[in-house]
Amino acid sequence: MPEEILLMDKITKVYPNGFVANKDVTFSINKGEIHALMGENGAGKSTLMKILFGIEPFEEGRIVLKGKEVRFNGPLDAIANGVGMVHQHFMLVPSLTVAENVVLGMEPKKGGMFDFEEAVRITEEACNKYNLKVDARAKVEDLPVGNKQKVEIVKALVRGAEILILDEPTAVLTPQETAELFVELKHLKEQGHTIVFISHKLHEIKALCDRITILRLGKSVGKANVADVTEQDISRMMVGRDVVLKVDKTPAKPEETVLKVRDLKIIADTGKPIVNDISFSVRKGEILGMAGVEGNGQSQISEAITGLLGYQHGTISVNGVDLKGKSIRQIRELGVSHVSEDRNTYGAALVASVKDNILSDRYYKKEYNSGIMMNDKVINEMTDNLIKEFLIKCDDRDDQVKMLSGGNVQKVVVAREFSNKPALVIANQPTRGIDVGATEFIRKRLVELRDEGTAVLLISADLNELLELSDSLIVMNEGRIAAYLEDASVITDMILGEYMLGVRTQTPEEIARVAYD
Amino acid sequence: MTSKQIERRFEIFKTFVAVALALGLALIVISFVSESPVEAISAFITGPFQRATRISNIIEVMTPLMFTGTAICIMYQANQFSMIGEGAFLIGANLATWFAVTHENWAGLPLITVCFIVAIVAGVAVAVVPAVLKVKFRANEVVSSIMMNYVILKISDYIFYYILRDVASGQQASFPIPKQGKLLKMFGLRMHVGVIIGLIVCVAAYVFIYRTKWGYQIRMTGANMNFAKYSGISVMGIALSTQLIGGGIAGLGGAVEILGRYDRFLWFGTQPGFGFDGVLVGVLAKNNPLLVPVAAFLLAYMRTGADVMNRVSDVPVEFVDVVQGLIILFVAAEMFMAKYRHKLIVNNAKKQLEAKEAAE
Repeated sequence: MPEEILLMDKITKVYPNGFVANKDVTFSINKGEIHALMGENGAGKSTLMKILFGIEPFEEGRIVLKGKEVRFNGPLDAIANGVGMVHQHFMLVPSLTVAENVVLGMEPKKGGMFDFEEAVRITEEACNKYNLKVDARAKVEDLPVGNKQKVEIVKALVRGAEILILDEPTAVLTPQETAELFVELKHLKEQGHTIVFISHKLHEIKALCDRITILRLGKSVGKANVADVTEQDISRMMVGRDVVLKVDKTPAKPEETVLKVRDLKIIADTGKPIVNDISFSVRKGEILGMAGVEGNGQSQISEAITGLLGYQHGTISVNGVDLKGKSIRQIRELGVSHVSEDRNTYGAALVASVKDNILSDRYYKKEYNSGIMMNDKVINEMTDNLIKEFLIKCDDRDDQVKMLSGGNVQKVVVAREFSNKPALVIANQPTRGIDVGATEFIRKRLVELRDEGTAVLLISADLNELLELSDSLIVMNEGRIAAYLEDASVITDMILGEYMLGVRTQTPEEIARVAYD
Repeated sequence: MTSKQIERRFEIFKTFVAVALALGLALIVISFVSESPVEAISAFITGPFQRATRISNIIEVMTPLMFTGTAICIMYQANQFSMIGEGAFLIGANLATWFAVTHENWAGLPLITVCFIVAIVAGVAVAVVPAVLKVKFRANEVVSSIMMNYVILKISDYIFYYILRDVASGQQASFPIPKQGKLLKMFGLRMHVGVIIGLIVCVAAYVFIYRTKWGYQIRMTGANMNFAKYSGISVMGIALSTQLIGGGIAGLGGAVEILGRYDRFLWFGTQPGFGFDGVLVGVLAKNNPLLVPVAAFLLAYMRTGADVMNRVSDVPVEFVDVVQGLIILFVAAEMFMAKYRHKLIVNNAKKQLEAKEAAE
């Protein structure tokens, strides 16, 4: 009989904006298993885990850990009780070494001073024990993403975690790194650790987990042994219908070049070149996908094109107009739209209304003003039309954006960026962290835009999305273009992964083909 | 009911509770320190409305606060926490006096108009310093504006002592402001038309912020500066212009106050404090210029009440500062009654969920 190590019984959580994130959710895991927690974005997985880890308070229910009812007042409490968490966004100090990060807050001392060698010893011991290979003396900022994740895991284990929560750990990894992670997790399981694995990738669950709990719209809708169910069963439980994340797409008919980037070089504040002499072009009527492990210069490229970030060398031009020295507004007036990867910081003003958010790139135009006053009638009409057209779920246009779900916030952003007849769309992680419905919708709109003659640069960490939408692909590695793949339809995610990791390379001549006029 | 409606109602309710609670606490304190608490309390509460002159006094006291309060609203809407209202108000009053006493022969209307313009220009001019420091060097405008206020105070003192001061006067005061340069009194009381100018400024500021494209830029910059920048709004331009507008409005307030209430300019040595009171008014009004008159009225009412109480009982006038402090504390405290609000929202959300499920 397996021993139940943790029970979360009838948990109900309501966020301050009235959103019911969990309703009577019961979640139980056994000692020594890998338990998958599945569900769409917004189903309440992360909230449930934040409650367990003591980050969020809950309204009703109880948590029983090893037969004892507990209530954690914060992560420190949770850690002290043997619960560790690896967040989706790493909680590491980039400028410190691996060993320093691992012992942060529990530093070994010698004569009152920090004992670095002892920290290294602790780290290496843990690494060996759990078979996680990281250089304890390396600086975290120099590590690839996969290794940063290992540091997070080691950090949790050194603090005595018996239950390890991994929040979408594979979202940032290449297929190869994912495979490596799975071996390590299975090893941890053999050593008696219990793992909660959050994901919405079905094949990963099948490959790794013993049991699953599925959440939908804040409720637990199913629990099963992974061996007993098919991927179809799981997906049906997750979304309540069969999902087809397949976008119908005809071959692209590219026309003249819209975006030309030549010899672009961007130096980071640290003095390191983060984008190093890259050149590429995007044509009217095509989607160019940009793949790459995050942090290889993709964000900087999108920010440089849209005017948010300066660059030291090279030229960027849109329809023949050089962007050097142009303000963000001037660049936008050339027809450049930007879906930022960070919708909460750049894409939207959360405390402002849906209407004000949609208005932000056009409020000054003649058609929305009459004399010195803004023309409310025209503005309201325009807003209501977009709310309808982009299926934004809100009570009315005056709703604060922070009251909406992530998917609907992104739809607000997209409604603005896609509705100004763009010549060029820079879509950076357009569907990150949003539900399946909104994802499907946004992908479809991107293809429609392409067919209407917009040039699209799609930057994404989601390889399926890239392969699904792109006509051609470029792969970024360490600030350079590592590969240009002219026909995306013949590429698999494994090949893409090899280019991303730098295992496979192309000649400069092959890469230079993407910089046509 | 949506969570949004609950939140809106809750905000209004919270402000009322804050005021009531502060007054309640104040009354408890009075009943401890006063020999005749009942008289003191009734003087404080009903005193200000007992005579026409006292109501007039409330109006007089609230007038300058409407200007500095509106100035704060505009700056805070853009997240520019400049305190320059204090200095701008003072220098506006000072230079309006200077212009009035040096142009005694002018007719009333042109004289007053030019005095206003001088004061606005002076207010804008002093606001330039912290605003430019912010935009050019990212200097925190809170600190630099407070420091600037001291510089302004000394400039004002200099002008007062060396140019404006009437040695023949029995007190430390400027030359008298010419009769035709004073604002009209209303209803035969001390209250003057400045209150009407103040109301116009509040309404105009409201329209500016909520109904024009310039106001839209300001609100978006305040809501999320990164978002504004990303959308193509020049956020540094907004930082600069809102601070200048704030300075100008406060400067105008200085001129209105001096031409409306005083015969001579007599502020020297210390800051008169209207700018800081403006922050109070702005916070109470939640940065909405349309609520500024209400907030200014509340403050003026309490001050007048304290004045009356001071005269008829043994409670000192400073007592009102305690009440003011308490109100601001409760209003500004984000988490005040947060548990209660959360409970309202949770219950409502549950009810809605059940209704939805029942319907399905």
